[in-house]
Amino acid sequence: MSVMEQDSAGAPARASLLNDPKARGLFYQLVLIVALVTLGYVIVTNTIANLERQNIASGWGFLENTAGFGIIQSLFPYSETSSYGTALLVGLFNTILVAVVGIFFATIFGFVIGIARLSNNWVINRLAYCYVELVRNVPLLLQIFFWYFAVLRAVPGKREKWSLFDTFHLNIGGMRLPKPIWETGSHMIGIALIVAIIASVVVSNWARKRQEATGQQFPMFWTAVGLIVGLPFIAYLVMGMPMYWEHPNFVETGPILRRGFELNVGINVIPEFLALTAALAIYTAAFIAEIVRAGIQAVSHGQTEAAHALGLRNGPTLRLVVIPQAMRVIIPPLTSQYLNLTKNSSLAVAIAFPDLVSVGGTVLNQTGQAIEIIGIWMAVYLSLSLLTSAFMNWYNQRMALVER
Amino acid sequence: MSDTKMFHIRTEEAPLLPAPVSTTGVIGWMRQNLFSSISNTILTVIGILIAYSIVAPFIQFAIVDAVWNGENREACLPQDGAHGGACWAYVKAYFPQFIYGRYPTDEIWRVNVVYALFVLLLVPLAWPSAPFKRTNAILFLVVFPIVAYFLLTGLVIGGSVILPIVETARWGGLLVTLVIAVTGIVASLPLGIALALGRRSKMPIIKMVSIIFIEFWRGVPLITVLFMSSVMLPLFLPEGVTFDKLLRVLIGVTLFSAAYMAEVVRGGLQAIPKGQYEGAMALGLRFWPMMYLIVLPQALKLVIPGIVNTFIGLFKDTTLVLIVGMFDLLGQIQSSFTDPTWSTPSQGHTGYLFAAIVFFIFCFGMSRYSIFMENKLHTGHKR
Amino acid sequence: MSNKILPLVLGAAMGVAATTAAGATTLEDVKAKGFIQCGVSQGLPGFSNPDSQGNWTGLDVDLCRAMAAAVFGDASAVKFTPLSAKERFTALQSGEVDVLSRNTTWTMSRDTQLGLNFAGVNYYDGQGFMVRKDLGVTSALELSGASVCTNTGTTTELNVADYFRANNMPYEIVAFEKADEVVAAYDAGRCDVYTTDASGLYAQRLKLANPGDHMVLPEIISKEPLGPVVRQGDDEWFNIAKWTLNAMLNAEELGVTSENVDEMKASDNPSIKRMLGAEGAFGEAIGLSNDWAYNIIKNVGNYEESFNANVGPDTPLGISRGVNALWNAGGFMYAPPIR
Repeated sequence: MSVMEQDSAGAPARASLLNDPKARGLFYQLVLIVALVTLGYVIVTNTIANLERQNIASGWGFLENTAGFGIIQSLFPYSETSSYGTALLVGLFNTILVAVVGIFFATIFGFVIGIARLSNNWVINRLAYCYVELVRNVPLLLQIFFWYFAVLRAVPGKREKWSLFDTFHLNIGGMRLPKPIWETGSHMIGIALIVAIIASVVVSNWARKRQEATGQQFPMFWTAVGLIVGLPFIAYLVMGMPMYWEHPNFVETGPILRRGFELNVGINVIPEFLALTAALAIYTAAFIAEIVRAGIQAVSHGQTEAAHALGLRNGPTLRLVVIPQAMRVIIPPLTSQYLNLTKNSSLAVAIAFPDLVSVGGTVLNQTGQAIEIIGIWMAVYLSLSLLTSAFMNWYNQRMALVER
Repeated sequence: MSDTKMFHIRTEEAPLLPAPVSTTGVIGWMRQNLFSSISNTILTVIGILIAYSIVAPFIQFAIVDAVWNGENREACLPQDGAHGGACWAYVKAYFPQFIYGRYPTDEIWRVNVVYALFVLLLVPLAWPSAPFKRTNAILFLVVFPIVAYFLLTGLVIGGSVILPIVETARWGGLLVTLVIAVTGIVASLPLGIALALGRRSKMPIIKMVSIIFIEFWRGVPLITVLFMSSVMLPLFLPEGVTFDKLLRVLIGVTLFSAAYMAEVVRGGLQAIPKGQYEGAMALGLRFWPMMYLIVLPQALKLVIPGIVNTFIGLFKDTTLVLIVGMFDLLGQIQSSFTDPTWSTPSQGHTGYLFAAIVFFIFCFGMSRYSIFMENKLHTGHKR
Repeated sequence: MSNKILPLVLGAAMGVAATTAAGATTLEDVKAKGFIQCGVSQGLPGFSNPDSQGNWTGLDVDLCRAMAAAVFGDASAVKFTPLSAKERFTALQSGEVDVLSRNTTWTMSRDTQLGLNFAGVNYYDGQGFMVRKDLGVTSALELSGASVCTNTGTTTELNVADYFRANNMPYEIVAFEKADEVVAAYDAGRCDVYTTDASGLYAQRLKLANPGDHMVLPEIISKEPLGPVVRQGDDEWFNIAKWTLNAMLNAEELGVTSENVDEMKASDNPSIKRMLGAEGAFGEAIGLSNDWAYNIIKNVGNYEESFNANVGPDTPLGISRGVNALWNAGGFMYAPPIR
């Protein structure tokens, strides 16, 4: 059948243009381009016409107008008189903050639960299993509502508190922590920290080379800890202790409204942030746990046995043999979980945490600049995604098996 | 050498060892799995404590303190100041709305018919050994959607009303959740296949367009896509043309899930050994016949678990439509909180708990099915 | 489920356009399809709220029903589209709804910059504060340092910022997307203060665990005239919306209710005669039949009836008429005469 219709390879020139794969490919691509351009043209002209009809000025000028609304949490100074652009920046930094903190805790939970899933202890094993199944199969939005609305009721009210070591306090207004206040000369501490980090990297390179050359090991971990903790501490002492902690101030007398924690003293981690991060970390951890479990199971048991045969004890076996190999399986799906967490942080809008989407939504409402705001959202999330995956790809390449 | 004793014969009985600890029965099992060492025992105790501290209050709330019957909030109001248990009476009163939304009562049979058809067609399709797969698939993917569409929205031929029109603003609850999730997944399947093929195409422009499309939708959160479809899409249309709100959401969801579907299908395509392609080409098949007859049937079978997992994700994500003001199951439950007849402190918890149970049943069931299929399909190209 | 609604309807929509309002006037369009599409809130007790049967009730809903009665003589010829605060104006501009009756504040920028027309005020509201009684606060000026729960995307968020700034009081704002979430957070004690339109405070107070523990502070910090909105550029439809509301107010002023409207038809009062269509042709002047106002009052009732049935003292909301009383009873409600 079709074999017979095929032109013989020797005479491609005689093939009609219709059957020439190259010409056909060109044609399809041309059609696609024309279709896309037409679609784009229709959308753009319609949009311009609609905007004109509705008297909505397009462009980015609105970013400099005064926002006029307050934002509960900001990583840098913001007030109602700041511009819409500043407000959006506040939202962006809040999104990044949630993503980073969420990823940190999700990774820790995820690894713990993933390893618990492989535990021989029946109770731990089942508990981890139930956790994973329960959390994975309930929508994240519902879980955010749960953490915010159900758990919120369980913590003490604004005029009471739970305290740990008299340093960390929790009530419905959030978690209060002491805030470091930096005085003049404290920049030396930062410099010392940077020096310590660079020194650790240098020493670790040296230690690795030495081990490769001579086989001698070097207590790298403790050296690094010593450097990173020690150097800034020395700088702190040398500069005459230019830093102190500002403790949250809990007022217990006076009018009831004034009782409770004083505004703007110490660090206040707002409950919206706590609930969102908890929900994101716990939800994503369930997925990470499954990835970790699959990763560890993917390392053949022979590897462990071989390591034991070489005389490695359990700890080093896990650290030097199993985990590095498992990581290769774990990292690619882990990356997409990190991306998911970042994108899911946009659900903040449901519980009043001022992330980029939430602040952007408010700005959209005040200005009607739908296209610009949605454009900013898309651009920011796309670049966050690309950045995260670029970083994880780099890390993955570093971890990848060097084939000989 | 010969005088060296090379053997040893035991002349007296070895001392009796104590009986080995039982490894069977409840005690033995517990000893092995729970208390094999001190650290293990500590873990067990901690585990039991955690489980108890979660399960006990839950049972207290959902069953012990719960109110099962009642006419209005009076029944569920907490006695003597304490927080009451779950108010199931409220769920009972609102149950039809949670399932059908505000669909007119006289027309609810139409939704029921659609639900029934859906189950009747899906079960044999999902059952691996059921016969008539092809007919079933055509019925499910082509005939059923048309029938369901007219059943749900209504049918008017030449001015005579056969089925009264029910506008989508009256749809709600589980109906909307299912419509969005199922439409999203079914409509995104062809688009996803096309994109997956496009991404593996040798034509540079098609490949580039596919990659950009896929990476764009995968890079942005669904909530911004929904905002886009609810606020920005009307701007794209010529004056006077409006899309139904549900339709707008469906478009957004479909484009979004098509990108994920494309990646799932691409995984399936990659799993097909090159020999299959080469064999097909050697037979002289062109691109589409090769795809249609050889590659896709194998690839799609392989990606069934992936599709089900995407569906689970989409099913959970439909809850986000409540943020753009649609009444899916969770949105319908939330909107029922505004009814003063039933407002009690436990109303919110009860509603959310009900939603969680419904979602869990659906998602857990589907994930079991996905695992079942995965094991079943694990035989194909394993080397 | 309806798997292929998308391709089916998409094809139809792309080809012939789903619903087109272009060309025809809104009234012609509404008459052709046989009902009015009315944009309402997603659920605000007393104003537009669905009950467990899915029937919409409320002051804003009644206005749409009255318009349907005026156009078709049938108060049920109306369909409701629940809209979020974000979507409401887009929905009206794009023709998805014919009238927006969704406790929307009449402001200059909305009236002039969004291509909209406000057809009047059906409820004079103002932003207020609710606090727990045990805080011992008696005035909003004592709220320095408080945390405030409110809705995002509305004028309330801006008003509260202005108010606290103007009085030089520090505060902490927690702004939620939906009203239910605000109530839940306030009830849980997340905030000291709940601020929204005063009518909303009364409505939402019902949902608190112990409504009696909370009080609304006397200060009203903003003017929030709420009213129905239509698209700019269609004066005929604008008139219908405007005069539907005016007819309800005039009916109250003249003592015409849904109960006595039939007897009142025979009244000697020329104002009533003009309103009910016994004299003059006022209905035809706005493109309707002359018994338009009769239909409104017969089917929906006058403003007082609607107010009392939805938000009045005998309802759970228990709002007194206050500034929403008629002008001759000390309120702001003043409708131009029908003559």
